[in-house]
Amino acid sequence: MSGSAPPLSVRGLRKAYRDVVAVDGLDLELRPGECFGLLGPNGAGKTTTVEICEGLTPADAGDVVVLGRRWGRDDNELRALLGISLQETQFSEKLTVAETVRLFRSFYPRGAAPETVVRMVQLTEKTNARVGQLSGGQKQRLALACALVGAPELLFLDEPTTGLDPQSRRQLWDLIEEFRAGGRSILLTTHYMEEAERLCERVAVMDHGKIIALGAPRELIASLEAEHVLEFAVADGPPLDPESLRRLDGVCSALQRDGTWQLQVAELHRAVPALLAELRQQGAQLTELRTHSPTLEDVFVSLTGRHLRDE
Amino acid sequence: MSDLVAHPVRKRWSERPLLQLTLVRYREFVREPEAVFWVFIFPLLLAAGLGIAFRNRPAERTAVAVRASAFQATALADALRRDQRLSVQVLDDSAADQALRVGRVALLAVPSGPGQMEYRYDELRPESRAARLLVDDVVQRAAGRQDPVAAADRQISEPGSRYIDFVVPGLLGMNLMGSGIWGIGFSIVDARRKRLLKRLIATPMSRPQYLASFVLSRLTWLVLEVALLLGFAALVFKVPVRGSLLSLALICLLSALSFASLGLLLASRARTVEGVSGLMNLVMLPMWIFSGVFFSASRFPDAVQPLIRVLPLTAVNDALRATMLQGAPLGAVSVELGIISAWLLVTFPLAVRIFRWK
Repeated sequence: MSGSAPPLSVRGLRKAYRDVVAVDGLDLELRPGECFGLLGPNGAGKTTTVEICEGLTPADAGDVVVLGRRWGRDDNELRALLGISLQETQFSEKLTVAETVRLFRSFYPRGAAPETVVRMVQLTEKTNARVGQLSGGQKQRLALACALVGAPELLFLDEPTTGLDPQSRRQLWDLIEEFRAGGRSILLTTHYMEEAERLCERVAVMDHGKIIALGAPRELIASLEAEHVLEFAVADGPPLDPESLRRLDGVCSALQRDGTWQLQVAELHRAVPALLAELRQQGAQLTELRTHSPTLEDVFVSLTGRHLRDE
Repeated sequence: MSDLVAHPVRKRWSERPLLQLTLVRYREFVREPEAVFWVFIFPLLLAAGLGIAFRNRPAERTAVAVRASAFQATALADALRRDQRLSVQVLDDSAADQALRVGRVALLAVPSGPGQMEYRYDELRPESRAARLLVDDVVQRAAGRQDPVAAADRQISEPGSRYIDFVVPGLLGMNLMGSGIWGIGFSIVDARRKRLLKRLIATPMSRPQYLASFVLSRLTWLVLEVALLLGFAALVFKVPVRGSLLSLALICLLSALSFASLGLLLASRARTVEGVSGLMNLVMLPMWIFSGVFFSASRFPDAVQPLIRVLPLTAVNDALRATMLQGAPLGAVSVELGIISAWLLVTFPLAVRIFRWK
C-alpha cells in the first residue's frame, strides 16, 4: 500500500450498545505511512471505533474501507494484512515467549521468522521465559511482537502503553517509531497526550463518540493561541470571579477544576503581575502557582472543560 | 525494522497452525501439575482404594462365646474349636453378657445340662443367625447326629465378578467424562475471559482448527489415560478385558469425542470460570450418581430407568462393562454406541453454532 490510497477510510460510522451511543457519526481517513492517533478519555468511543475497523465488532451504520477492502467480504484476506494489539489481552501464562510468537506466526501466510520478531521487540533474553513471569512492559512488547509477526500493512494499537512505567513506555515508543520508519501505517488509541505528541503525525480528539478536533498535535496546540498555561490555587475563601480573571491582561481563558485554576495565557510576563494584583484585590491568598507549555491535554480541556483522564 | 519483510514462504509441517495450536494445548496441560494429577493419578488412586476396600476377603471366623459357669463348658468349647469357621472364647457370666451386647461375639452358648443347650443371640444380626446354625451343627454332630446326604464344598472366586471388576469400567467412563468436560471447558472459558479468544480471531486463524486442537490433544491424552488405568487394574487386580482391544478402543474414542463436544457446548457461552464450573457440575453430578459408576444403575426405580439409559455416561459404562467383562462384540452394544453418537451429533453442531468468540 505505498500508493496514495488511504490505508483506512471511515465514513459516518455509528454504533450503539443498547441505549448508549458509543460512536456517533465518525469520519476519519489515514494517510499512507502515517501514524494516526485517536485521543480521548475513557468511554469516548476509541476502542469501539478501532474494533470496528479490526472487524471484531459490527457497525450499526457507516462505511469502513481497510486497505481497499471491506469487512464481510474480504475478511480472511484482511486479517492476514492487519497487525492488532488489543486492550488487555492476556496471553497464556504457561507458554514461553517463543512459543507464543511461533503460534501467532503459524496463522499468517507471510512474515518474518519468530526469532527475528522477538529480537525486534527486545525480548531475546526472555525467549524461553514463561509469559506469566514477564513484567507489564515485556507483556506489551510481546503483544506488539504478535501484532508484527504477520508483516502487517496496517497496525492497530489500542492503548499500547496503558499502565506501564515511563521507561517501559519510552521503550515501546521507540519500537513503534521503528515500525513506522518502514513506511507502514498505524492507528493508535491513547489517553496519554505525550504519547500522541511523540508518535502521531495527526491526532483526532474524540469525545462522546465524535471527533471534536483533528490535526497535527502542534497545530492543535497552536490553535489555543496560548503560549503558556498558568495553574494556581488559592487558600479557602470567597470564590473567585472567573470573568474578572478572563479579563486580565494576556489571559485567553480561565477554568476551575478540583480547586485549581487554569489560565491559558498568551504573554506570561503581563499575565502574572495582573493576576497577582487581581488576587490581592479580591483578598485571595495564593497557595500554588506554576506554569507549563500547552499540551494536547490543554486542547482537550479548552474544548470540553474536562480533563482527559476524568471518567 | 528492515527485517520485517514479507516473504511468502511455504510453511514446514511444524509451522502449520493446527499443529501449533495442538502443541499449545499439550503444553498448557503438562505445565499444570494439578490437571495431570486429576486426569492420570487420581483415577488410579480411586481404583486402588476401592479395590482394597471391597476386596473379597477369605471368610472370617465367627466369634462365639461359651459361658464358663455352664454345664461342661470346657468340653463344649473344645468341640467347637475343632471347627475352622469358629473362634471360641470361654467367658464368665458378666464378661459373656457384655461381649454379646456389644457385638464382640455373635452368639453365646449356655449348655444348661446333659442334652440341653441354650443359644443367646440377636435374631436381627445376620452373623448371629449364621453362628446359630454353625454352632448347633457342631453340637448336634458331636452328640452323634448322622447326616443322610453327603455334601462336598467347592469354592470359587473368579476375576470378572468382583466389585473391582465392576468399578474399573465405571471409573474409566467417569474419567473419560471428567477429562473431556473439564479439560475443554476450563481452557476455553479462561481464554475467553482473558480476551485471548478475541485476539486469536483477529488473526487469520481458522476457527474450526482452534476447536479441533482441543479435540486432537484430548485424543492424544486419551490413549495414555485409558492404558494407564486399565494396565494398573489388570496388573494389580487382574481385572480382565475379555472383548477385543479394538472394540474397547473404538468405544473409548467415541466416548471421548462425545464428552469433548459436550464440554465444548458447556463452554460455548460462559464468560467466567465460575459460571462454567457450575454448569459442568450441574451436568456431571446426575451422571456420577445415576449412570452406574460405583453401583449398578438398575438400583433406581423402573420409572426413571428410561431417563438414566439415555445419559451418555450410562451408555458409556454399559458398553465398557459389556466389552471388558462379558467380551461382547461391538454389535451387542450398538444401542449404547447409538446413544453416545447421538450425543455427539447433537452437541457438536450446537456448540459450534452458539459459540461465543468475543
